[in-house]
Amino acid sequence: MKIKIFYFARLKETLKFSTEDLELPDDAFANTLTILKLKAHLAKRSDVWQQMLMGKLKVRGAINHALVDDNALIVDGDEVAFFPPVTGG
Amino acid sequence: MAVSVQTEDFDAGLEINRLQNARKDTGAVVSFVGLVRDLNEGDQVSQLTLEHYPGMTEKALEAIVNQAQSRWDIFDVTLIHRVGTLQATAQIVLVAVSSAHRGEAFKACEFIMDYLKTEAPFWKKELTQSGERWLDAKSSDDEARERWNQ
Repeated sequence: MKIKIFYFARLKETLKFSTEDLELPDDAFANTLTILKLKAHLAKRSDVWQQMLMGKLKVRGAINHALVDDNALIVDGDEVAFFPPVTGG
Repeated sequence: MAVSVQTEDFDAGLEINRLQNARKDTGAVVSFVGLVRDLNEGDQVSQLTLEHYPGMTEKALEAIVNQAQSRWDIFDVTLIHRVGTLQATAQIVLVAVSSAHRGEAFKACEFIMDYLKTEAPFWKKELTQSGERWLDAKSSDDEARERWNQ
């Protein structure tokens, strides 16, 4: 399955990634990929990824422009985003 | 409804006039303007950079305005939020709500700001004398939003 991921604010700056196209093996991820599972998968990249996605920082997830919780299911073609709690206004 | 995410400044007076003149049964326009303060957490702030998520931010703002419109009897809403780099004292956000009577417009305007602060994807980074820093979300903002669910 293929997904697109966006990173914003502190995550983008620290991970030095603003967006990426990610291909994941269907047998391990199709129909079971949640926001939490994706975070855990990405966190294996390095200590910095571990710290930013699974550490103390609260990270919110969105799928196709809608805020979701950690249990939300991601399907092929989805646009996923990770970012810190919002601070606009 | 008019929702805009833009780098350019806005003229709050002009936007308020537009709502006032749109229909003759308008009895109230309530507006809020948010500004860049030159002081935050004890430090001098010279500028603020606002990042957003193009596509999602606009949708989130429209959803918030829709919620306000279904909850209160209001006529129209103008919501403008700036992004990019802003200097101290610059305008950041405008919410203006028109209605027949003030009560509904006051409530809707505050509701929109409380939800915007906690749900719309914007992030602020400020520049102080000791460098740049991302702002942290405040629990008081979450509490302000939760009031509307009680």
